[in-house]
Amino acid sequence: MSKLLTVDDLRVSFPTRTGQVDAVRGVSFTLGKERLGIVGESGSGKSQTGRAIMGLTPGHAKISAKTLAFDGIDLLSASASQRRALRGKRVAMILQDPKYSLNPVMTIGRQIIETLRTHENVSMKEGRARALAMLEAVQIRDPERVFDLYPHEVSGGMGQRVMIAMMLVCGPELLIADEPTSALDVTVQLEVLAILDKLVSERGMGLIFISHDLRLVSSFCDRVIVMYGGRVVEELPSANLAEAKHPYTQGLLNCLPTIGTHRHPLPVLERKPEWAL
Amino acid sequence: MSASALSVRNMVVAFDDFLALDDVSIDVREGESFGIVGESGSGKSTLLRAIAGLNSFESGSLTVAGTSYRGQTRSKDFYRTVQMVFQDPYGSLHPRQTVDRLLLEPLAIHGFTDVDVRIARALDEVGLGSGFRFRYSHQLSGGQRQRIAIARALILEPKILLLDEPTSALDASIQAEILNLLEQARKDRGLTFVMVSHDLGVISHMCERLTVMRKGKVVETVSVDALENRAFSEDYTRALLVASEGFRRD
Ligand SMILES: Nc1ncnc2c1ncn2[C@@H]1O[C@H](COP(=O)(O)OP(=O)(O)O)[C@@H](O)[C@H]1O
Ligand SMILES: Nc1ncnc2c1ncn2[C@@H]1O[C@H](COP(=O)(O)OP(=O)(O)O)[C@@H](O)[C@H]1O
Ligand SMILES: [Mg+2]
Ligand SMILES: [Mg+2]
Repeated sequence: MSKLLTVDDLRVSFPTRTGQVDAVRGVSFTLGKERLGIVGESGSGKSQTGRAIMGLTPGHAKISAKTLAFDGIDLLSASASQRRALRGKRVAMILQDPKYSLNPVMTIGRQIIETLRTHENVSMKEGRARALAMLEAVQIRDPERVFDLYPHEVSGGMGQRVMIAMMLVCGPELLIADEPTSALDVTVQLEVLAILDKLVSERGMGLIFISHDLRLVSSFCDRVIVMYGGRVVEELPSANLAEAKHPYTQGLLNCLPTIGTHRHPLPVLERKPEWAL
Repeated sequence: MSASALSVRNMVVAFDDFLALDDVSIDVREGESFGIVGESGSGKSTLLRAIAGLNSFESGSLTVAGTSYRGQTRSKDFYRTVQMVFQDPYGSLHPRQTVDRLLLEPLAIHGFTDVDVRIARALDEVGLGSGFRFRYSHQLSGGQRQRIAIARALILEPKILLLDEPTSALDASIQAEILNLLEQARKDRGLTFVMVSHDLGVISHMCERLTVMRKGKVVETVSVDALENRAFSEDYTRALLVASEGFRRD
């Protein structure tokens, strides 16, 4: 499989008053046109890994890698304007809460058109047509109406579909979805994932799906990376999750209460200091 | 059948014209662990809050341990019987108070004098040593805060705990620890639980029966056995059950 993305020994650290915080400590993986899941508990470095690929690492942080390359482009040596051009056009990111990513004072349709026009030379008329088509692609039933609404006028599930529409309108080759459905109800969550799934396979995109929910990730992705303390502790095909070798992965799987199994007390995770070495 | 711990009959809660609870009834038996599931906005928190006297209710009745309550009026005795634990330990515990103050407050209100013994015992019961007593709550992790919130709820030795998504903000591994702690406390003290969660897995693990809510109404009330054996009648319950099994490509 041709490699869309190569991440080799990625490190991100933050200087703080109490010393340096190493958020990402040597993460390596490659990605083709596939669905890759990144799971781990909060603070394990998932978002900072995604943000580093996007070029959204905060300015005061230190970032380094042996290789951080998208389609042969060395991202760490690329200029700010090159990275801006990539972002949104060829690489896009969806965040957990659309409230923070959508502009509250601009209609939904307008925002999608603006995103498109930042990267492509299209007329307002064509922009409108493509925005409407995209809203339809994320299964918004009445795109004409939603086009004229403001973000606060739509539900969480609808807002997340709008986000997906906005992120996919330029036809990116790589999509990073950071907890894209964690704020949604389970049934809505699956509807949104089904839309994402369909678009990813139809358009032949690479997808990095970041989540704390190991069960959801493994049901959705081809391959899963498990992070702990800024490192990858295990990488395996989703289908082989039951054969996970690392005690952290096993612990994460076992500690979940499931319908129909009765384990009282639930097995708890015994953290070993060596996992974080 | 054991006695009724708590009974809600035809409860209606309105915010302006909006019916957050629309004719809701649940009956919880003494010693039972009773679950409430449903999508966000379905009225789960409103129901617990109305029981606890944090919301008023327009009509219907509420009976707890044989006593009827109306509106938001609750006697001091009520809080000796019923305590509540919230989802967000960041919101429910004042960040600039020490653990000691947080645990002392309910004891002082109810006139207890053996406070040192009780605080030490409460911390011990939730698996935090006495070393935590003079920490500020903002110095604690999410899981530790939830342990303090549980200690605070248990310190008055209530009979009934109302638990509103007590583990939804926590990582899976911490959730398991808190669920185990709650089960142990229930066993040791013969508590009755009314537990709200959007996670059917958590409810089926913790409860014997559950009510499914949607849009302020009860969809149905079933036993966890019936849920596991697919012996329920509503499509919505099935949708929740299927969704809890993860993503399916078809
Ligand atoms: N701006 C920052 N300053 C200092 N530390 C940070 C900053 N942003 C993130 N971190 C730290 O980096 C680590 C990883 O964070 P993150 O990637 O957001 O984790 P995750 O997404 O897995 O929950 C955490 O310990 C977090 O506290
Ligand atoms: N104080 C309030 N004022 C107005 N509306 C409220 C208030 N509290 C809750 N609601 C509304 O009542 C409905 C039920 O809310 P809630 O009980 O919090 O749902 P759940 O806990 O099931 O997510 C929601 O639509 C919510 O917006
Ligand atoms: Mg994150
Ligand atoms: Mg709630």
